[in-house]
Amino acid sequence: MAIEVRLPTVLRAAASGQASVFVEGETIGEILKALSGSFPGLGNQVVSPDGSLHRFVNVYLNDDDVRYLEKLDTKVAEGDVVSILPAVAGGSF
Amino acid sequence: MLTTVYLVLIFLIPFVLHQANLPRMLNIPQIYLDEMIAHAIREYPLEACGLIAGLGDEVTKFYKARNDAASARIYTVNPSDYLKADRDAEGNGTSIIGVMHSHTHSEAFPSPTDVAQAPDPDWHYILVSLKHKDPVLRSFSIVDGNIVEESVVRLNC
Repeated sequence: MAIEVRLPTVLRAAASGQASVFVEGETIGEILKALSGSFPGLGNQVVSPDGSLHRFVNVYLNDDDVRYLEKLDTKVAEGDVVSILPAVAGGSF
Repeated sequence: MLTTVYLVLIFLIPFVLHQANLPRMLNIPQIYLDEMIAHAIREYPLEACGLIAGLGDEVTKFYKARNDAASARIYTVNPSDYLKADRDAEGNGTSIIGVMHSHTHSEAFPSPTDVAQAPDPDWHYILVSLKHKDPVLRSFSIVDGNIVEESVVRLNC
């Protein structure tokens, strides 16, 4: 099952400039693994070496942050869209 | 003949380097400048934040975002607000090209926290300072920890 993964501008260079790509997987974890397989250099910007999601990216299944679902074990279905966006933060000190 | 080519190339080098070092510009319609400053003032004393959509170096929309940190000293763009803004921008054939946030008691200049957490070297980082009597808005690029100010061009539309 191929799922659309939408990429933020900062990650597109690692995916030959594409704004969205289709990868196979039944869960968010499998999709991110497939993404690293297709685009080496992309996966390690999203997932830590220990396999958890980097804290400076947010991964959504449709409208929901996967951290509030089943994280990497979240199941995906035909027609779902996965979006990856950087966490945007800063401050005055 | 070859000497002439070399001479031309040598004379071109400073020109090319100068072009490469030119700071970027950011064209912002007046309405969005007003919206960003109004948002900063409304959220005071907390830091305000939002995202800008655009094409190239022109801002086509400003999206206010909730500051999840709800703090006077730090901000975290609400991820769901970012997702909505991103979808809207892509739907309009544009992209999110930068982020705006306010500094309530310091200058409109990126802090070490801003630099350390800047996600995208292509983004425009807009700062609104409320330190002085009149708000100050400036824009920067942050690449590999280097801060370069860009000129903000106000568009009257």
